[in-house]
Amino acid sequence: MKANAVNLIEKEWILPGNRTCPGCALSLAYRHTLKALEGQCIVTVPASCATVLHGMYPITAVNVPCVNTPFASTGASATGLVAGLKALGRKGITVLAFAGDGGTHDIGIQSLSGAAERQIDFIYICYDNEGYMNTGNQRSGSTPLGAVSGTTPVLGKQQYQKDMTAIMEAHGLPFVATCSASYPLDLYEKVKKAKTIEGTRFIHIHTPCPPGWIFPFSDTIKFGEMAVETGLVVLYEIEDGIFRLTSASESIARKGGNLQPVREYFTSQGRFKTITEEQIDELQEWVNARWKQCLHRATNL
Amino acid sequence: MAIQRKSNMLIIDGNQAAAIAAKMSRVQVVAAYPITPQTPLTEQLSQFVEQGELKAEYVAVESEHSAMAVCTSASIVGARAFTATSSHGLAYMHEMLHWAAGARLPIVLACVNRAIGAPWNVLNDQQDSISQRDTGWIQIYCRNNQEIIDTIIQAYRIAEQVHVPVMVCYDGYILSHTEMPVDVPEQADVDRYLPSYKPHTTLDPANPKNYNLVTLANPRIGVDGKLCHGYMELRYLLQEALQNSRETILQAGREFNGIFGRDYERMFWEDRNDDAEITIVAMGSLAMEAIVAADMLREEGIKVGVLGLRVFRPFPKSDVVQALRKSKLIVVFDKNISYGSEGATCSEIKSALYGTYINASIRNFIVGLGGRDIKARELVEATKKAIASLKETVINPDYPEWICQI
Repeated sequence: MKANAVNLIEKEWILPGNRTCPGCALSLAYRHTLKALEGQCIVTVPASCATVLHGMYPITAVNVPCVNTPFASTGASATGLVAGLKALGRKGITVLAFAGDGGTHDIGIQSLSGAAERQIDFIYICYDNEGYMNTGNQRSGSTPLGAVSGTTPVLGKQQYQKDMTAIMEAHGLPFVATCSASYPLDLYEKVKKAKTIEGTRFIHIHTPCPPGWIFPFSDTIKFGEMAVETGLVVLYEIEDGIFRLTSASESIARKGGNLQPVREYFTSQGRFKTITEEQIDELQEWVNARWKQCLHRATNL
Repeated sequence: MAIQRKSNMLIIDGNQAAAIAAKMSRVQVVAAYPITPQTPLTEQLSQFVEQGELKAEYVAVESEHSAMAVCTSASIVGARAFTATSSHGLAYMHEMLHWAAGARLPIVLACVNRAIGAPWNVLNDQQDSISQRDTGWIQIYCRNNQEIIDTIIQAYRIAEQVHVPVMVCYDGYILSHTEMPVDVPEQADVDRYLPSYKPHTTLDPANPKNYNLVTLANPRIGVDGKLCHGYMELRYLLQEALQNSRETILQAGREFNGIFGRDYERMFWEDRNDDAEITIVAMGSLAMEAIVAADMLREEGIKVGVLGLRVFRPFPKSDVVQALRKSKLIVVFDKNISYGSEGATCSEIKSALYGTYINASIRNFIVGLGGRDIKARELVEATKKAIASLKETVINPDYPEWICQI
């Protein structure tokens, strides 16, 4: 049975009153991830907003075992957990690495790539708020073209985002998927599916960040949805090499494949205050080209 | 009645000794990245695992930083973890070395001592492990291959008792690639000496705990009303653990002697120090060379003894004071340099003697960097120069002398 708002498991593994900012998409994404795993996991977390969410000793907001690990080491830490559990003969516990985009695209890419190449049996989730938000919004490998940040303060970022999911797909993983915190049921289904698969599984979650992206705290879901409706984020999964569009991206494709123009997404966020018309046009072309590829690759339309 | 022991003498190099020691310690997770001169040790361990001689998870990681991260997380789960590295590998691990000690994990690391670049150099000195002295690890140095095998086995006893990781250091090439006779213990005896690791916590979803999350400087009250340590208290406890580990190290050495007949109930090695007026201090294989130098000096009627440092962290201050109480001159040879100051072991000796009744002169020589050969004759000459310096100013006492061609 597909998950819906009524049959979703009621138990919570993230307790109320955690330290994330109002409107944080990460806490929503994490909440549904842990629901999908029914708490039967050991999480490893590098320095990130998730560290903040977890709380300060001796009080934690998360009700699953967690191993904090230095920034660059998430993939290796997960490897160590898997190796340790195997050496001790402990079975039935999913190892979950949960890192931000800085910890995945930038400083953590080596240990993640190493673990993926070794086919270590764990789920790696990158929640992507498109910058170093924990340190107050500096540019990362996932900050979009044109976004102003603490380290692109005047001109905005001059480069495109790194396509981390494609990089992980190139590792030949049994399961890679993209999600959005605004589509929690799609996320829930994908994590549930990932749980049943053996090997390194990679899930990317788009998590809008109100203070970093500069939009009202109440609009998180709206911006997540807008990203999907414009095709800036495409929801898909690749299982054993088979590409499927899912959720809203699948619906858009089935209803003629017409995306919303990207313009409003950029003009309504403070971080894009210096974006140029040329950059918006460039991004629209980039979105169109990628969407075409996705439609071409999709096996479920 | 003498205990009957079966001797199992093998001619092996230091890396083989270390690999056998790790195997006999029944390590459960090995994570390592190849680096000269540690590589043969890594290869040997992977062979033990692939051949089924060692029941362990061997993780061929993509970097030393990851090697230690694998070890820390495997150790938190409750597995006995081992890694080995050298030089740049140890430097690359630096962040994770702090993490392992801070998290109080009983990991054992074999450091095959090698110089650090720039420029590139693959040969021996002790700059690598000395550079990591403030990471909170216990550091023990070996003089020969027998000590390598024995010390790694003891290291797990120590680490798992005091919850502090242990770095077992031995000189690259001089020991790692040099074959010498080693009495290899019986597995049954090792099992008797080293029981399987019993972690004090378990990672269990039924009883979730969060390890090493953000900790404030001050103590903080938990949801149960109990006051828990702040960051500062946790750091104090690590220092206290190292301060108090002396007894555990000595006991591990004493019990080792009881089973294997080799005495390690000591923080350092002494040779003819009882009547010595001059003491040569050295660490690692250099301490063996110093014994040869002492022989030569004694033949000339100079009363020289040797103090071979074994445990560098915790530094055995009061033991050193006791051992040096009769010395009028202490000549310290360092295979490392704290740039702008002096050799690290020299600083330790000076610090240990400060405020005591011992008023010996101390001279420091930097030797053997980047594999520069050190002959016993050179140690003799340096010691004579140190003796001469007591009467005339031939040495600047503020900085060390270098045995090199400048």
